[in-house]
Amino acid sequence: MHPLLKMVVQRVALGCLLLIAASVAIFAGTEVLPGDVAASVLGQSATPQALANLRAEMGLDEPATTRYFAWLLGALHGDLGTALSNKQDIAAAMGQRLGNTLFLASCAAAIAVPLSILLGLIAVRYRGRWPDRLISGVTLATVSVPEFLLGYIVIFALAVKYRLFPSVATIYAGMSLGEKLQVIALPVIVLVLVVLGHMMRMTRAAILNVMQSPYIETAELKGLRPFAIIARHAFPNAIAPVVNVVMINLAYLVVGVVVVEVVFVYPGMGQYLVDHVAKRDVPVVQACGLVFAAVYIGFNLLADILSILANPRLRHPR
Amino acid sequence: MMRVPPSALLGLLVTAVFFGGAILAPWISPYSYDATVGGVWEPATAAHWLGTDGIGRDVLSRMIWGGQITIWVATAATLLSFVTGSVLGFTAAVAGGWVDQALSRFVDLVMSVPSLIFALVVLSVMPVTLPVLILVMGLLDATRVFRLARAVAVDITVMDYVEAARLRGEGWGWIIFREILPNALSPLVAEMGLRFIFMVLFISTLSFLGLGVQPPLADWGGIVKENKDGIVYGIPAALYPAVAIATLAISVNLVADWILNRTTSLKGGRGA
Repeated sequence: MHPLLKMVVQRVALGCLLLIAASVAIFAGTEVLPGDVAASVLGQSATPQALANLRAEMGLDEPATTRYFAWLLGALHGDLGTALSNKQDIAAAMGQRLGNTLFLASCAAAIAVPLSILLGLIAVRYRGRWPDRLISGVTLATVSVPEFLLGYIVIFALAVKYRLFPSVATIYAGMSLGEKLQVIALPVIVLVLVVLGHMMRMTRAAILNVMQSPYIETAELKGLRPFAIIARHAFPNAIAPVVNVVMINLAYLVVGVVVVEVVFVYPGMGQYLVDHVAKRDVPVVQACGLVFAAVYIGFNLLADILSILANPRLRHPR
Repeated sequence: MMRVPPSALLGLLVTAVFFGGAILAPWISPYSYDATVGGVWEPATAAHWLGTDGIGRDVLSRMIWGGQITIWVATAATLLSFVTGSVLGFTAAVAGGWVDQALSRFVDLVMSVPSLIFALVVLSVMPVTLPVLILVMGLLDATRVFRLARAVAVDITVMDYVEAARLRGEGWGWIIFREILPNALSPLVAEMGLRFIFMVLFISTLSFLGLGVQPPLADWGGIVKENKDGIVYGIPAALYPAVAIATLAISVNLVADWILNRTTSLKGGRGA
């Protein structure tokens, strides 16, 4: 077997293992309290009869391991159970929302990834001078403010003061793509700001690291212009770390989405999760947690595989 | 005489002001945090420097009290995270073998789920009280401290002086607290600043989502949640916590950078 293929297969197997581990963690996370889920769902005023009914409905009389495997098997078949609060099928309720969330996240990624790489390159080119300082300063400010506050600052500036975009991102099935883009402009701006700082800083560090190699000095000595050195010699060698940076930040984006969706009342997965945490609707929370963990692990896995593929030393083994 | 660069000095000063404000909140806040003292959403005046909120409470007072809760919760969670994470991390590094494997795999398990999502899952069944919040945040964050502490300690355990201590027949307690801890302290302290900021952001986010500090108490995240409806009418009350959090985050970062640079330059590294 080609060694590269072997490494990729290993990573995928590891990713699956990690996903199973995540499902254990999520399931165990709802079992940590001294009583049981039914008692905490119903609160202190619950009658013994109501408790017994809910326990029977949720299958709590079974031991935890039995319930875990039943839950996991169901999830693997696309059956995530029914919500406690409105008896709806969770998988059906989630489908549309997952689509919305991925739409929002991919719009943000489509802007943030090229922009942060470009800014990283500019910062390296003008290292220590004002463009570098300006970019670093602004990104330090954006990573120091939590996502939701960034959201309200953007609403205050762009939706209230200048009325450029709507402050609430209501999205529904019949909208055209143009309308959708107009509506989600503000959440996209916030998400871009959230990941831009980290991504740009890590890109800058990755390229700077490469810039210290001897072959860059050679390129300098043979008289190449600075931008040509970066574009032709430094960047191709920095691709592997940069790809890694991008993927890790996309995984982070998926988490940032949770908060941003609440700020903009966007009908996605994040809002679904937060609403049902407040309602103590445990099956929904577990299902959402599992989906988020799967996306998160998926991106990290993709980062691993892409950085293996992008590494020339691994691509051409001797 | 130690020379402190101006940026670190500024950072230290501002951080000290925030902590001072948190400790002195009962004496320096002009009104009580839950007293209705004016009209609804009054603009800033001499009596109310930052105006009043949606039910006529003084925003400045709520910001000061909110700062107390935010900083107190974040500090407690950071301490919990550091004590748990570094003791377990050092133990894993010193003990090695199956202890190391078991602890490391357990941490991998917890870290396979993003910490905000994990916290939401746990808080869906736990009562949302301050001790529970501190426990959940601190223990989830301890996984990151564990990784750092273990990595640092693994480098130190192969040093000759640790070997010497082992040969003398010292126990684990001695090796961890007398040999490893003093040498691992600087990177851990620098990391502590960053973890503290992360905790501030974490508790603010949870409170904003309505799953953190419960009313009528409010931390900075809760103040945003209470006043967010005012934003549409151009009332900036919900934005003041942004200023507070960002200022605190940047000044703690300045101090942490300085500590980190100092330690690398002590070791002959390339720190400024």
